[in-house]
Amino acid sequence: MKQADFVTLVMPFKDKVYRLAKRLLVSREEAEDATQEILLKLWRNKKKIGDYNNVEAFSMTMTKNFCLDRLKSKQAQNLKIVHSNYTDNSSSLQKQVEARDSVDWVSKIIEDLPEQQKIIIQLRDIEEYDYAEIAKMLDMNETAVRVNLSRARKTIREKLTNTHQYGIK
Amino acid sequence: MALNDIEKLLEKYNNAETSQQEEAQLKAYFASDNVASHLEHYKPLFQYFSQSQQEQFTKDVPLKTKKNTKLYQWISVAAVIVLMLGFLIPSLSQDQKTTWADYSEEEQQMYLETKQALAMLSSNFNEGTSSLNALELASENFNEGLERASFVTEFSETTNKLLKN
Repeated sequence: MKQADFVTLVMPFKDKVYRLAKRLLVSREEAEDATQEILLKLWRNKKKIGDYNNVEAFSMTMTKNFCLDRLKSKQAQNLKIVHSNYTDNSSSLQKQVEARDSVDWVSKIIEDLPEQQKIIIQLRDIEEYDYAEIAKMLDMNETAVRVNLSRARKTIREKLTNTHQYGIK
Repeated sequence: MALNDIEKLLEKYNNAETSQQEEAQLKAYFASDNVASHLEHYKPLFQYFSQSQQEQFTKDVPLKTKKNTKLYQWISVAAVIVLMLGFLIPSLSQDQKTTWADYSEEEQQMYLETKQALAMLSSNFNEGTSSLNALELASENFNEGLERASFVTEFSETTNKLLKN
């Protein structure tokens, strides 16, 4: 496999890997490093890539494991928590300013979820994978994925409703 | 879409029973401007989801690095081999012939002949230097002549003084 082939293979899902890493590691730099690491690992094992029947799902599993390891490792204790990355969106400026705080709030709520639920929300609501794929990536059964997802969504709804009603920031 | 349907969909959504199409419908509804006021608080959620989808990984991945390090490894191996050869070669060449008896008769004769020829050359040089002694003598005579000439200049100076007086 040549470099160009590898890039075309990896291109469609490298952003997804990055977003999942960022969901788990929070800091953009950490997520970038993790993504780089994942892609390099894939590149090093490029001879075996043909054996995997779904490279994308495999990479997502790898990302999940890698990030959880990072969080457990000692280095992660110095992890910077930076979230200043919501500047780029397509809605109009006024709408953006209005929504900014509440959108920020959503990301904080998701950040507070347990890791497993964070991953599932990320994979389902942002990357829009179907349940079977998520189950395969996380090595769980579909029902467990649904249960976790439902819990996560309900938690988010509850917290959102509270902030909305009381205007608490 | 009717408000009733949306509420049903939201219920299904929270129970994680929606299909991807239904979720797309929800996203489309909350992206529009006419969201019912009692569902307003869902808006940032779906907005956040579609915003997060835009995020991209922009960093370059250095795929070539591995090959370079391999090359460096081989270069270092080559350097070590060269160093070891450098130590080995002189120690191998130490057992060369060192005494007069080690050389063959022919070599001994050649050595003597060259020695003779060099001796001849040096004796000729010595002759040349002895003939240079004559020149030395001549220069001594010149110096004597110069001394005499200085007497003459002294004499002319005194005559000049006499003439002034």
